[in-house]
Amino acid sequence: MSGDRASRRLPVIITLVVGLMLTIMPLPDAAEPFRPDWMALLVIFWAMQLPRTWSVGSAWIVGLVLDVSSGTLIGQHALALCLVTFATVRFHLLMRVFPLSQLSATIFALLAMYQFILYWVNGVAGVSAPSVVYWAPVITGTLIWPFLYMFLSGVRYRPQSRR
Amino acid sequence: MVASRGHNTNPARIPALGLRILALILISIMLMYLDHRENHLDGIRRAIGAAVYPVRVVVDAPVRLWKWLGESTTSRNQLELELGRLRAERLLTNARLQRLTALEAENARLRALLDARTTVRDEVRVAEIMAVDANPYEHNLIIDIGSGEGVYDGQAIVDADGVVGQVIKTGIMTAEAVLISDTDHALPVEVNRNGLRTIAVGTGEIDRLDLPFLPNNADIRAGDLLVTSGLGGAFPAGYPVAVVASVTRIPQEPFADVTATPSAALDQVREVMLIWSAPAVTEEATE
Repeated sequence: MSGDRASRRLPVIITLVVGLMLTIMPLPDAAEPFRPDWMALLVIFWAMQLPRTWSVGSAWIVGLVLDVSSGTLIGQHALALCLVTFATVRFHLLMRVFPLSQLSATIFALLAMYQFILYWVNGVAGVSAPSVVYWAPVITGTLIWPFLYMFLSGVRYRPQSRR
Repeated sequence: MVASRGHNTNPARIPALGLRILALILISIMLMYLDHRENHLDGIRRAIGAAVYPVRVVVDAPVRLWKWLGESTTSRNQLELELGRLRAERLLTNARLQRLTALEAENARLRALLDARTTVRDEVRVAEIMAVDANPYEHNLIIDIGSGEGVYDGQAIVDADGVVGQVIKTGIMTAEAVLISDTDHALPVEVNRNGLRTIAVGTGEIDRLDLPFLPNNADIRAGDLLVTSGLGGAFPAGYPVAVVASVTRIPQEPFADVTATPSAALDQVREVMLIWSAPAVTEEATE
């Protein structure tokens, strides 16, 4: 049982570390605002696939790491990510059977919610409000989702098919 | 519970999320409050920061490798040119430095006569900027030394041309700094020409600072050099900050519209210097 769980957890951890790298990787200034919220996308994916092992608590811890690495208030990304996970786990059965168009709409809504929570906390904390380009990651994230989904599905099922 | 993990089909098996999410929301809000109001969470930040450090190093590595490749494949010709340029530069700087030593001694003597506090030379250390960034809406950077080397919050960072920013969060092996162009950063400066004191505020644009608190009749003009005044306590006095780019006096407004261009190349620096400003020593010491 424990070996099974470890093999389940390893791909999750690896994808999260890679996601964190993508998040802090330097980009040209012009592309910077369009960087998708990799961590949010990954958290949504794993919440959809493993709604039991991957729960709000894990998302919360990932959020804390993200808070420290991006220098925001501790708890800001954690709050946003655990709420996104909560919504995803709630609707994971629906999301699994959605056709691509509806799934994209759901992802869009989840990413918008994520971005909105961050925005709202920023507003309460008195961080100066960014321009409309702040919402760009929601769109790039939705666009990139199908590819990420295909790729991650491959990562997820490989250890099981080997056994 | 453990046995049910294998079967993924029954929605009723999902553990009660409502209570857990409520607890996490409350904890998050409490953490954010503590982090925002007072800095009680430096320990947590440091611990997680140490865990993130390897990731930062890995992300930074390709850039470092690229730079190293670039350096090791430069042609001999270019290197000779560079060497010549550096030699000439060194000669010039050395000549200026000779005068500086004399001036420093004279300054200390005059200050002694005036019974004023002596200024002590600042200690500096070079740090490299890590090629990682995470927050596109803040002008900040991460340097590769942290509290393990004595870096502290609020420490001033300069490069060869002027002030770059100051440290805001220190980890054990890395530290995060805010640039002077960040919208949340304000820096006490004075005009080098006449000692007029004001505050330079970041605009969010990497090549522009605002001086919003200058009245219309203030004696300032384009081309004036702004240096740190040392009044805020964070920055030692006398480091160049920016050059005034434009002064627009609007008669019906109480303040003039003054912008300045930072002296340091904020978006190009790769190495910066951290300053340990020695505490000002009072005169008794030299008697």
